[in-house]
Amino acid sequence: MKSHLAAFGAGSLFAVGLAISGMTKPSKVIGFLDAAGAWDPSLGLVMAAALTVSFIAYRLIRRRASPLFDAKFHLPTRKDIDWRLVVGAALFGVGWGLGGFCPGPGLVAAGGGSAGALVFLVGMTGGMLVEQAVARRIAHRPHELRSAKATERTWKRGAEPEQARSGVVGDLDKHFGEQP
Amino acid sequence: MNDFTPIPALIGGALIGTAASLVLLTHGKVAGISGIYGGVLRRGTSDRGFRIAFVAGLVFSGAILRAFFPGVFATAWSPAMPLALIAGLLVGFGTQLGNGCTSGHGVCGISRLSVRSLIATAMFMVAGVATVFVARHVIGGGT
Repeated sequence: MKSHLAAFGAGSLFAVGLAISGMTKPSKVIGFLDAAGAWDPSLGLVMAAALTVSFIAYRLIRRRASPLFDAKFHLPTRKDIDWRLVVGAALFGVGWGLGGFCPGPGLVAAGGGSAGALVFLVGMTGGMLVEQAVARRIAHRPHELRSAKATERTWKRGAEPEQARSGVVGDLDKHFGEQP
Repeated sequence: MNDFTPIPALIGGALIGTAASLVLLTHGKVAGISGIYGGVLRRGTSDRGFRIAFVAGLVFSGAILRAFFPGVFATAWSPAMPLALIAGLLVGFGTQLGNGCTSGHGVCGISRLSVRSLIATAMFMVAGVATVFVARHVIGGGT
C-alpha cells in the first residue's frame, strides 16, 4: 500500500512538473521543435533541469543496497543499438511533432479532459497494443512449442468466463434461497 | 522568440527530475512513462500495481489541475482530431518499438549515460524537428 502511494505521489509530482513547465500545452512543445520558426527554447531548459536533478540523484540513490520498497534495483541493462531503437524513436519523433504530445503530457492532458489529448490517448493506446501484438507474433513464430502453449492458454481463458458465470449463478441461487 | 518561459521551465523540469528520482528511490525503476503505461496494457506484467498507481497519479493530477489551474492546458495551438489520432498511433507504436520516450530515454536514460538513450533522444528530436518543419513551413506555409 505504501509503495503504491509512493508511485501515485511520484506520478502526481511528475504531472505537476509537466504542467508548471508548460509541457502540457502542445503549442510549447511544437514551439521548441519549430527550429525554423519563432523558436521557443523552454523545453530544452525543462530537460536540462530534469537531467541535472536526476543525474545527481541517480548517483546518490545507486549507493544504496536496494530501493525503499523492493529488494533490488530494476534498471535497463541493454547496450546494443538495433533497428528497433532507431526506427521506434524516429516514429515517436514524427508523432511528437505532429501532435505536440509525448506519453506523459498526453496522459496528464487526457486526465484534464482536453479533447485532443483524449483522442491522442486512444491512438497511443492502440499503437502500443499493435506493437505488442506484432512483437508477440514475431517472438512466437520460430517456436512451435511455445505457440502450442499459447493455444492451450487461450483454451483455458475461454473456459474461465464459464466458471465465473456458474459462480455467479451459484451465488444468486444461494441468495434467492435465503428469501422467505 | 516566441513566449519563452525560462523560470517555469527550470522549476517544472526540476520537479520532473525529482519525480523520476523518487521512482528510482522507492521502486528501483526507471520512470519511463511509455514503458510504465505500456506495461499496464500488457497481460501478465508482475508489477502492475506500481504501474497503475503511477499512471493514476498522472491522470488524477490532470483532472485536479483542470479544476484549479485550467490555464496549464489552454493552448495557442492544438492538433486537429484526425491528426491527434495519427500522432497517438505513431507515439504509441514508436515508443514500444524503441523502448522509451522523452522521460525514459530523454531524462532517465541520459542521466544514466546510456548510449541507447542518447541515440534514441537524438533520433526523436531530429524526427520531431523535421516533422514540424514539413508540417509548418512546407505544407502549412509558416503558420
